[in-house]
Amino acid sequence: MSAVLVTTTINGDRTEFVCETDETLLDALRNRLGLTGSKEGCGTGDCGACSVTVDGRLVCSCLVLGVEAEGCEVNTIEGMADGDVLHPLQAKFIEHAALQCGICTPGFLMAAKVLLDKNPNPSEVEIRFALAGNLCRCTGYDKIVRAVKAAAKEVRKR
Amino acid sequence: MAHDPSYTNQEFKVIGTRPPRPDGLDKVTGRAKFGADAFAPGQLVGLILRSPHPHAQIRKIDTSKAEKLQGVKAVITSADMPDLTNGNRNMLDILENCMARGRALYDGHAVAAVAAIDMPTARKALKLIKVGYEILPHVTDVDEAMKPDAPIVQPYVRTTGVEPKPKKASNVSQVTQFGHGDVEAGFKEADVIIEKSYKTEQTHQGYIEPHACLASVGPDGQGELWVTTQGHFAFREVCAKLLGMEVAKLKVTASEIGGGFGGKTHVWMEPVALALSRKANRPVKLVMSREEVFRSTGPTCSTSVDVKIGAKKDGTITAATATLRYQNGAFPAIWAMLGAMTSYACYNLKNVKTVGYDVLVNRPKVTAYRAPSAPMAAFAVESTIDQVAEAIGMSPIDFRIKNAAKEGTRASYGPKYGPIGIGPTLEAAKNHPHMRARLGKNQGRGMACGFWFNFGGQTCTDLNIGVDGTVTLTVGTVDVGGSRASLSLIAAEELGIAYERVKCNIADTGSLGHNDMTEGSRGTFSSGMATIFAARDVIEVLRERAAKTWEIPVEDVVWEGGQAVAKGKAHGNLTPLTLSDLAAASPNSGGPIAGHNEVVADGAGVSFASHICDIEVDPETGATKVIRYTVIQDAGKAIHPDYVEGQFQGGAVQGIGWALNEEYVYGEDGRLQNPGFLDYRIPVCSDLPYIDTQILEIPNPNHPYGIRGVGETSIVPPLAAIGNAVSNAAGVRMTHVPMSPPRILKAIKSEQAELAAG
Ligand code: FES
Ligand code: FES
Repeated sequence: MSAVLVTTTINGDRTEFVCETDETLLDALRNRLGLTGSKEGCGTGDCGACSVTVDGRLVCSCLVLGVEAEGCEVNTIEGMADGDVLHPLQAKFIEHAALQCGICTPGFLMAAKVLLDKNPNPSEVEIRFALAGNLCRCTGYDKIVRAVKAAAKEVRKR
Repeated sequence: MAHDPSYTNQEFKVIGTRPPRPDGLDKVTGRAKFGADAFAPGQLVGLILRSPHPHAQIRKIDTSKAEKLQGVKAVITSADMPDLTNGNRNMLDILENCMARGRALYDGHAVAAVAAIDMPTARKALKLIKVGYEILPHVTDVDEAMKPDAPIVQPYVRTTGVEPKPKKASNVSQVTQFGHGDVEAGFKEADVIIEKSYKTEQTHQGYIEPHACLASVGPDGQGELWVTTQGHFAFREVCAKLLGMEVAKLKVTASEIGGGFGGKTHVWMEPVALALSRKANRPVKLVMSREEVFRSTGPTCSTSVDVKIGAKKDGTITAATATLRYQNGAFPAIWAMLGAMTSYACYNLKNVKTVGYDVLVNRPKVTAYRAPSAPMAAFAVESTIDQVAEAIGMSPIDFRIKNAAKEGTRASYGPKYGPIGIGPTLEAAKNHPHMRARLGKNQGRGMACGFWFNFGGQTCTDLNIGVDGTVTLTVGTVDVGGSRASLSLIAAEELGIAYERVKCNIADTGSLGHNDMTEGSRGTFSSGMATIFAARDVIEVLRERAAKTWEIPVEDVVWEGGQAVAKGKAHGNLTPLTLSDLAAASPNSGGPIAGHNEVVADGAGVSFASHICDIEVDPETGATKVIRYTVIQDAGKAIHPDYVEGQFQGGAVQGIGWALNEEYVYGEDGRLQNPGFLDYRIPVCSDLPYIDTQILEIPNPNHPYGIRGVGETSIVPPLAAIGNAVSNAAGVRMTHVPMSPPRILKAIKSEQAELAAG
């Protein structure tokens, strides 16, 4: 056992946690901090259900070590809404029925947000490639792509 | 949306609208709690040790070192899960699948399990368990397993459905036969006969959420299980039976479920988690890795099917047969039987015969995958249908329309059809703009039909009125894809109130009577039916309360637009009482207002679909691209069209993955070579176009709203539709699914070689 103390900012709040040196950021978020919004679908970087941002970069938190978050800003699905106001992506996912079971949804929302932060006017193809690292087995992606398009429109209005 | 008024004259107010789902907010904010998201005080981590061999005698399991490891609280083997099944072989099979009993039957079969204070300790403990295996010969291919000298997977199995009753063990667990007429005579009448053999590979449901549960059992014989499941009531019964617990003492709560598609209709490791918890007397959380999900849970069958269809020049099919060999994994099941039943369900045939062989192999126990068994049969039949159409010079769509089943047709699996949707979906396909879209170079168009029975089953529902007039709808069918929204719509429709005033909850097993699984497309069909009856039950009470308030006969009170209205000249001046009025008065008018219904929802309506797709094939590499895809399906009645479309699209895309990429690859050593999403490739967003949908509504006469159930049929046509499209694009008939680039390339090359030689 070789636990270490990690100091980060998570969803805007300074946060400290203790984790093993071989523990993933995903496990630290879920098991140490109770942030279970990030999901484990594979643990091998193939499904994107664990997507979070570290210093603005989209990562699979199952492939990042908890200790690597030292001094970084981590954002997770739990921090996406602004108080009681949903991010347009969240609102449009509900409105467009872009989720069925919803297990993939946090990951898709994180990936889509990184896309829209960079490119608020993506084409269908750009959306499809930006989300190609996230697996959804329920929807066939149709309504997800439509929801992201609709959200992009909202984002551009702001 | 197509709507044929000749079938129905029901006018709906909220049914058919698209409000936001009640669990939406929780699911976009990360708050929704899935199987792995629960924690209990003092919980342990469970892990399972799995056999690396496809078939082996387990000589000895030495757990002593693991038990001694600091932090290990329980180690179990089959010895800790004694056989309490009382001669019920099906239950014993389930128990044996959860934990090997003397023999490992497939790569990934559980042989022991540990519970420890944390994951590193549990991992270390697994390594300390020593298993002495004696490796046995194995078989993983369905055709190989049927050969007389094949290694026997289950020595107790004698083939049923053959005469005389065999005395020797066989890998064929049952032979089943369906059909009517005289196929030999029928083939004699045919101008054209096409006979062909097909293969499909094994695929996995591929839900993104791995199996997960949190089990807690105490020495007092009481327990709780939090689990991702399609049916917590059935899980309770099976777990209680296998562990020797009383049903009432085990409370099972269904978590939010991250996809199931049939794969979560079955217990895999939940009894193990309960057994670990009982031994350790601590809660145990057991979460499968993705690799475990692939190696040890719910794949569908791989199959090998022969089809023969004869037709006259005018397009009439004179006879059709199919021989279907489906592997069921290591435990007997009925998958080939279902394939044999569904093969020709779309057609009106005078002479038809299908024979199914259910076959055991050293692979994981097969379980349902969305309209189980039908896609593979449809691949073989619908591919052959296209070839017959071509041989007699008819368009594939006209040939299908000519032979389509209709009301009154005797189905190849027995019953006579009521009003059905195969004809209308085919007509809609024929008229769809997709059929006229221009095809580019190396592109081909294909279509295919599909059928699924749909199921009803046992359902139990509560509907309670709060003092403020809001409605709590309590159902016992797990919500796998938006059914809470649909059921709330149904309650709102019946009561004549706004959707927003209904809240639908999924009850745990302690709070409601038995409900069957959410499977067989039954969720909205059966719980919808029970919701309607429960709401009508409540309306009776509301009318009585109003009558009492007004002191008039209850016969003079009707329920209209969400309020009690007094009818008749004598009561002309009485102001209607709203649901809220009656609810507020309820403490003094007779107490809580509640409705209830338990029903065996018979009469699920059969459902049909026709799919059209355009595929581009790169002749250099064999790579494919889906250019257009259209799903046309009869929903009976679409309660929440968004989620009906979602079922159509999701099923179609699972079918696309199956048709083009997904397959279990077993090595010579009998081990699964690709137990991960990297090597078992499901479709991603950039592989696909938008999936166009068209909902037809041909009401099911057996349901008050006409609902048929929509969850499954959409996966039936894609293998064949894509097979036909690829064959048309590549100019060579594809007979082996998945049509991966190497397979397509090989087919193109051998066709070219044949042409060159010919
Ligand atoms: S869990 Fe991290 S990518 Fe699947
Ligand atoms: S909604 Fe179920 S996996 Fe995407």
